Amino acid sequence: MNDSRYAAILVAVMSVGTIFLRFLPFLVFKKKVPSYIAYLGKVLPPAIIGMLVVYCLRNTTITSSPFGFPEFISIIVIIILQAWKRNSLISILSGTVVYMILIRVCI
Amino acid sequence: MAGYLVLGIGFGILLRDAGYGILWALAMSLLIYAGSMQYVGVGLIAGGASIIMTLITTIMVNARHLFYSISMINRYRDSGRYKPYLIFALTDETYSLLCSDDLSDVEDTSLYRFLVSMFDQCYWVIGSVAGSILGSVLPFSTKGIEFSMTALFVASFVEQWIAMDDHIPALTGLLSTLICLMIFGPDSFLIPSMLVITLVLTVFRKRLDPGREAGI
Repeated sequence: MNDSRYAAILVAVMSVGTIFLRFLPFLVFKKKVPSYIAYLGKVLPPAIIGMLVVYCLRNTTITSSPFGFPEFISIIVIIILQAWKRNSLISILSGTVVYMILIRVCI
Repeated sequence: MAGYLVLGIGFGILLRDAGYGILWALAMSLLIYAGSMQYVGVGLIAGGASIIMTLITTIMVNARHLFYSISMINRYRDSGRYKPYLIFALTDETYSLLCSDDLSDVEDTSLYRFLVSMFDQCYWVIGSVAGSILGSVLPFSTKGIEFSMTALFVASFVEQWIAMDDHIPALTGLLSTLICLMIFGPDSFLIPSMLVITLVLTVFRKRLDPGREAGI
């Protein structure tokens, strides 16, 4: 089907793109890493994770019911658990379960 | 590593809900092998994104891998025949396991790194396939399971926040993206965000990188 061919092309693009990014630095910086790039390597990861948090929440509606309430509460739960237990698995599981319950309860 | 099993299951369920079964889960986890990118990828495939959009999103979402690779250049230097796979399999989880590990009492460090990388991917692949199967047999609605991706990033954000002395990078990422979201809307704010983040962090370099040491 045309649909699966299209999906297969997208999967191939994602695969090649990811492999390209992972190999590129090994090919370019064989000897020494420029200090600007090393600096970006240090500061970009937390910034990009912050970007991805916003990306995940991009379609949350805060102007109508339930006003982003399930997202808000679940995120608070994750932050508290992560800061307390430092165990991503527990935080992710609990946050997701809380969210799945809340979107069924507050409509 | 068990984290990959659970996240893999979430991915498999999501992909199944989007209409793509076991073989797709298997192919994506074997060939792409990037946790968050695959979650985003489900949205791209289901939403009928263009090839260009997919490529740009891949580069944006996975740009951090450039930096994982950069910091592993010296560590992976003498890995010989394991090197290609080690580089291919350098995911968030594997990076966090291998960059913090003290390997001084491991006899064959290359082999050790290879095994860690490979087991990580095994967990991820098994999780994806299990999720795909679960998604079709679970008796209740899995609506909301997609929040596991948000949860993953929020948890990593908190973890990074605790680990970093300076919170300017994290705040820059959060605020720049929020502002770009308000200006450009939910469909086209990722690229501007990425540019703004790089720009702001470049401006802050003097403050954040006082030593300006060369290399890592």
